[in-house]
Amino acid sequence: MTNWSRLAGLRRWETLLVVLLIALLAWGTARSSFFLDGSNFTIASSAFMERALMALPMTLIIIAGEIDLSVASILGLASAVLGITYAAGVPLWLGVVLALATGIACGLLNGILVTRFALPSLVVTLGTLALFRGLAYVILGGPQGQVAISSYPAEFTRFGFSTIPGTVIPWSFILFTLLLVIFFVLLHKSWGGRQIYSVGLNQDAARFAAVRVARLKLSLFVLSGFIAALAGILYTARISSSRADNALGFELDVIAAVLLGGVSIFGGRGTIIGVLLSLAVVATLRNVLAITNVGPDIQNFAVGGLLILSVLGPNLVRRVLERRPSLVPTSN
Amino acid sequence: MHQDQAQPAVELTGITKQFGAVQALRGVQLVLYPGEVTALVGENGAGKSTLVKMLAGIHQPDQGTIRINGEQVVLDGPLAARARGIAVIHQHPTLFPDLDVAENIYMGRQPRDRFGRIDWRAMYADVTRLLATLGEEINVRAPVRALAVADQQLVEIAKALSLDARVLIMDEPTASLSAREVDRLFAIVRRLRDQGVAILFVSHRLDEVYALCDKITVFRDGAYVLTAPTSELSTEETIRAMVGRRLESLFPKEDAEIGDVLLRVRGLTRAGVFRDVGFDLRRGEILGMFGLVGAGRTEIARVLFGVDRADSGTIELDGRPVQLSSPASALRHGIGYVPEDRHAQGLVLEHAIAANITLPILPRLARWGLLNRGREQAVAGDYATQLQVRASGLDQIAAALSGGNQQKVVLSKWLATNPKVLILDEPTRGIDIGTKAEVHRIISHLATEGMGILLISSELPEVLAMADRVIVLHEGTVTGEFSRDAANQETVMFAATGQDEMLVTTNGRL
Repeated sequence: MTNWSRLAGLRRWETLLVVLLIALLAWGTARSSFFLDGSNFTIASSAFMERALMALPMTLIIIAGEIDLSVASILGLASAVLGITYAAGVPLWLGVVLALATGIACGLLNGILVTRFALPSLVVTLGTLALFRGLAYVILGGPQGQVAISSYPAEFTRFGFSTIPGTVIPWSFILFTLLLVIFFVLLHKSWGGRQIYSVGLNQDAARFAAVRVARLKLSLFVLSGFIAALAGILYTARISSSRADNALGFELDVIAAVLLGGVSIFGGRGTIIGVLLSLAVVATLRNVLAITNVGPDIQNFAVGGLLILSVLGPNLVRRVLERRPSLVPTSN
Repeated sequence: MHQDQAQPAVELTGITKQFGAVQALRGVQLVLYPGEVTALVGENGAGKSTLVKMLAGIHQPDQGTIRINGEQVVLDGPLAARARGIAVIHQHPTLFPDLDVAENIYMGRQPRDRFGRIDWRAMYADVTRLLATLGEEINVRAPVRALAVADQQLVEIAKALSLDARVLIMDEPTASLSAREVDRLFAIVRRLRDQGVAILFVSHRLDEVYALCDKITVFRDGAYVLTAPTSELSTEETIRAMVGRRLESLFPKEDAEIGDVLLRVRGLTRAGVFRDVGFDLRRGEILGMFGLVGAGRTEIARVLFGVDRADSGTIELDGRPVQLSSPASALRHGIGYVPEDRHAQGLVLEHAIAANITLPILPRLARWGLLNRGREQAVAGDYATQLQVRASGLDQIAAALSGGNQQKVVLSKWLATNPKVLILDEPTRGIDIGTKAEVHRIISHLATEGMGILLISSELPEVLAMADRVIVLHEGTVTGEFSRDAANQETVMFAATGQDEMLVTTNGRL
């Protein structure tokens, strides 16, 4: 396949996402008059912002051929650390720093287990998914960690859900946009991004071309942990509460959005733009279902289905193309 | 053993096969008679393996016909080939390592008792009898993993016989055998020949071909050249048919000024792989490193490139001891490595030519971490032009290139790092003859610019023609070091096989 036809294939996938997004918007508009309301945008986008943030480093990790299942647990642990330190009288800013440091430490642990001990990240982060979440329960104490710390000052919680004055855009959206640009440049314009792709496509060849594969992967897990902790602070502010089960199961949406965005689960392929589009798709789907009174369980059913389809889709397309080569654009 | 009146066991005519851009076979022919051993010789890239895989039912010809005992057949899978009485012994035995000898031989068709259970007693008795007909004693209950490669080959042969194979294809069967094991194998092959089996012996070791085979068929660059009885074809004629031109003109070696010691290796040991390896590499020098399979050449290269660690020993560059902890640190010290396996280690096949060439030096092409695409294209273009990489453009992906051009991309990649020492591991394996000569010219030219080159190759003529000095390895130790004048087929082979096991016969001169 030439670059040109690969690019065309990519555009076709992104076009598909745009079509899907438009269809969801049309469906939502038809189902509820409230859907197009500005406040719905504020609620829906801020409710999805933590997952959107975590999808950015996840994109890089999956393109590099690894995965981080522990992001939602890191979010929960960071939120717990913030809560327990605040409750103990530590200044809020210091609590935030400690929560971020917790995220970095979690990422470091994931990264070291994957690179130094050469363990599969699927298993490592499945383990730390349980480990970090369990730690959050231990920290917050009480029976089954039912203690919730929710005495946060108003200036802090306001950041979680208030909007830029005169608009419907939540402040967290600005944070996401900023990080989106940074991750776009990192993946598509920097030499580190090129190394990420090469490691995902052929780790051995990358290593034999003097790419520091272990260091690169370690950095990505640390980055993922840091962003997850950042999302944890945002989440805590938004719901004004530190609970051990904060953001339970968010990794499903994060990974579904990344894969639906055209990132290959086998590594080496995918773009930030594709992931941005699919984040919009998943967020809209959840929102449409929610305002038509479909509960979170059925929503999970839909997102899970979307996840399977996003992995199955390209596979089926390739099979059809193999059987009918006339559909493949010719090179040159 | 001439049986010209007899019907051929196998007859291939007009066989053509193309893989992507590479024409592997161009209308070749091959005839095998019962009771005859036919050699198929040719350089790397001549199309031998493709033909073997066709007879094994793994590849199907694009054009041409295959006749078995006069009947035209389609070998559309390994089972079809087996059903036609064709057995293939591959270079590396393809057995189930954890199953025992008898299970491997009877895989999928174990004798059953009347309750449908496997009749182990009958199976072990059968296999013991079978191996006895080969004149060999092997513990039939031993897992194959525990056997030497030579014994694993015998198991493969026994399996072929138990399937009543009438055509035996042997693809480089002696590549990892000792001289004594080769003798034993030859005795068995001769016995099978006398029993009327048609045998194809694929090899690039002419001494063995002359010792064993009745006829020789030569391929070159995917085309058929000739077939003649061994007795009517001199070694020189065979070589000329293989290379298609005079030997001298194949490997142009420029004279380079040899300077100070660049790389000094002393007492380098990696447990179980190689021990006490020492040598010097000088500026402007091409140091050949030769050894048979398992001699430890690639393993030494991996340590010199920082992929693996040595257990003991020292490496000095420009007189200073260095610690090579990773390829990245080797790169920093000015060491480049063109690996043996282009596809697995040399290239990111899905990446463009330019991206492959610049992968090790990306940080140098960036400012504030951002890649300067213009500079990237310029650097990649420089080296691609210098090495005459033939492609539609720098953004063509590496997978679409021929083997020779892929290798030029790998070379470009390392030249762009401006190395002091370049390690080349089988740099011309699997590339066409024209490009091969180009690669040799490039290597030779790099030496004249003062680079120190460690040339690892299992092609003795290549080593002899290119190297200023040759060191020879046998089972992980240096068993010989020769100047260009002292190195020849006999001296090097003698060292490569371990002093007491002289494998080379006088008529096997290359």
